[in-house]
Amino acid sequence: MNILYLLPGLPFVFGIASFLVSAEATRRLLLIISAVIHLILTLSLFMPEVVVEPDSWLIADALSRLFLLCVSLLFMALAFYHQFSSEQTPGNANAMPQKMQFFRQPEKVFAASLQFFLAAMSLAVLSRHFGLQWIGIEATTLASTPLIYYKRSRHSLEAAWKYLVICSVGISLALLGLFFLAMAMPAGHHDFSSESLSFYATYLNPQWLKIAFLFILVGYGTKMGLAPMHTWLPDAHGEAPALVSALLSGALLNCAFLGILRVFQVIQAAGLTIFADEIFIVAGLLSMATASLFIFHQSDYKRMLAYSSVEHMGILILGMGIGGLAIFAAMLHVVCHSVVKAGLFLCSGNILKAFGSRKCDVATDLKRRLPVNGALWVTGFLAITGAPPFATFLSEFLLLKAALDSNKMLVAFLYVLLLSAVFVGMLGIVIKMYSAPSQQSELDKIAFKEEIFTAVPAAFLFAIALLLTFYAPDSFMAVLKDATTSLGGKTL
Amino acid sequence: MNNIAAMLALSCLFFLGSGRLRLSIRMASFQGVLLGILALVAGGLKPSIIVLAVSSIVLKGILLPWLLRRAMNSTCARREIEPFVSFSASVLSGLALLALAQWLVNRTELLTPIFSPVMLTSAYFMVFTGLFILVTRKKAITQTLGFLVMENGVYCAGLSLGSELSMLIELGILLDIFVGIFLMGIMIFHIDSEFEHIDTDKFNDLSDVILQTGGEKE
Repeated sequence: MNILYLLPGLPFVFGIASFLVSAEATRRLLLIISAVIHLILTLSLFMPEVVVEPDSWLIADALSRLFLLCVSLLFMALAFYHQFSSEQTPGNANAMPQKMQFFRQPEKVFAASLQFFLAAMSLAVLSRHFGLQWIGIEATTLASTPLIYYKRSRHSLEAAWKYLVICSVGISLALLGLFFLAMAMPAGHHDFSSESLSFYATYLNPQWLKIAFLFILVGYGTKMGLAPMHTWLPDAHGEAPALVSALLSGALLNCAFLGILRVFQVIQAAGLTIFADEIFIVAGLLSMATASLFIFHQSDYKRMLAYSSVEHMGILILGMGIGGLAIFAAMLHVVCHSVVKAGLFLCSGNILKAFGSRKCDVATDLKRRLPVNGALWVTGFLAITGAPPFATFLSEFLLLKAALDSNKMLVAFLYVLLLSAVFVGMLGIVIKMYSAPSQQSELDKIAFKEEIFTAVPAAFLFAIALLLTFYAPDSFMAVLKDATTSLGGKTL
Repeated sequence: MNNIAAMLALSCLFFLGSGRLRLSIRMASFQGVLLGILALVAGGLKPSIIVLAVSSIVLKGILLPWLLRRAMNSTCARREIEPFVSFSASVLSGLALLALAQWLVNRTELLTPIFSPVMLTSAYFMVFTGLFILVTRKKAITQTLGFLVMENGVYCAGLSLGSELSMLIELGILLDIFVGIFLMGIMIFHIDSEFEHIDTDKFNDLSDVILQTGGEKE
């Protein structure tokens, strides 16, 4: 029995168990158990002694392990966050139509969906077969829709509907792309995986390969939040509960990115790198530009974080397009962005809980009202915009270096310009939230008290981003380097 | 083979030209059954193919239409009123899309001889139709149907290109689609009880770009 099957399998079983258990405390405990087991299994894959032979369905190569680590780490932090915090019970849950008894238990659906979400992401990350990966990525959409709709409000319904429809349509296009990719295979070839297609890349038909790549880029790009297909993302991230936003941003977007990378491996083996690179660069810069436009004067701090995710997905794709050292930077950035963005979303959850509003104008004066979360909020802001000493600085700087090394001056210029634009845009909002004196006097009457425990997971995630600058475990570096070389990049 | 392809294309045109939801649902279920038969014709009578074809017919031809019909009845929506593009214009655009699909099939050279080029045209046409409906219709239920038609088109393209993924994968894909549309169906109930309508064009509270959709908002 292959250990890899446990990673998607166990959360799935726990998810079903969550449906059967009636006590909320037990469900939260199940979540933690599942997260701990998942993390232990994931970390065991990083041991050099553990060699897992891939079979025809699942694989644990360097790329898979890197992305799995993001998923697993985040889920761990979130499980604890969920344990410590109690989001308000959705107010109008009882107003649901009588027929749907089942949906009148939002907590139960929530806990189970979280587990299914973990299972689906693990499947998407570990699949070797392109079809299985598609199933995993589509399953992540299905499992996360109820999570976005947790609050049972009009807005969350709107967000969940957009999310489900836009992502499903996008992913159907990716499926069409997969059929084209299968078409590009020589007759009689049955092993439909990135590994095997790369091996036989010279036998693939370039025309169909290109068409397939475009369809898959658009399809999975929708899910990844690349502009202009990102429209679902700010809504979903804004409306979902904090820990769901954190998972969506930190783990789910990466899964879709991995879907694109797997096809990119084939493209590269077939010698069509230049074709893909140009598209990647344009898509990356476009996403960054869109994000920087919408971040300015954003009045909702969770949506601000969502647009920042669009920007960072743009950076990742741009890194793939620049190639060489930039691929290493992109791989490092995947991990950094995951932990930092998830931490920020958790922090935003605490702020939201204290103020009851997602408006930047209302949630002000964090310095005095919420000193711990306020400090974390600023730390997270510095980390996400790539200020030293965080590892995001390292990855963003390496990317710039790679762009300059490869003589892409215009790209480098635009990259720096857009990074600074986002920095300035976010800076204005964060400073206002941190130190501007409050305008609404009735808020002053509320006694703000912080639950320190809810700040711990976010602090833990930021600490990882800081730690990575100074010390990275050897096994982690080895995986990072292997992942880079498997994408044709250069390592440090 | 060609007959089935023609019937699929015709059902899409019906879809575009009709405002009656009951008819649209019937067309979608008709397509599901046709696709099941198509899978049998294309793949031969192997056990794995039979399993796939039967599950496709049961899920897409019977279960989903039943679910959507229930959603329709409980939301008291019978017709698609005032689409963004009128029905006759939709049919005309449909013909243009059909021509586009044919052009695409001619443009791309095929590697291996496929069963029927007409089939591929229909498949592309179904994808286009689905997208067109998703963009131009307002009711959540019609959009769900649009997604279903598009998904049928993708499946049909897979069949006509002869790209055989293994049976487990195909079943997984079918299951994903089913659960997706099932979720959409459930959300239609919720949208109805929250908003007292299922017009998704009023879904712009969250948008950062304020779009005025026509004059009826005042």
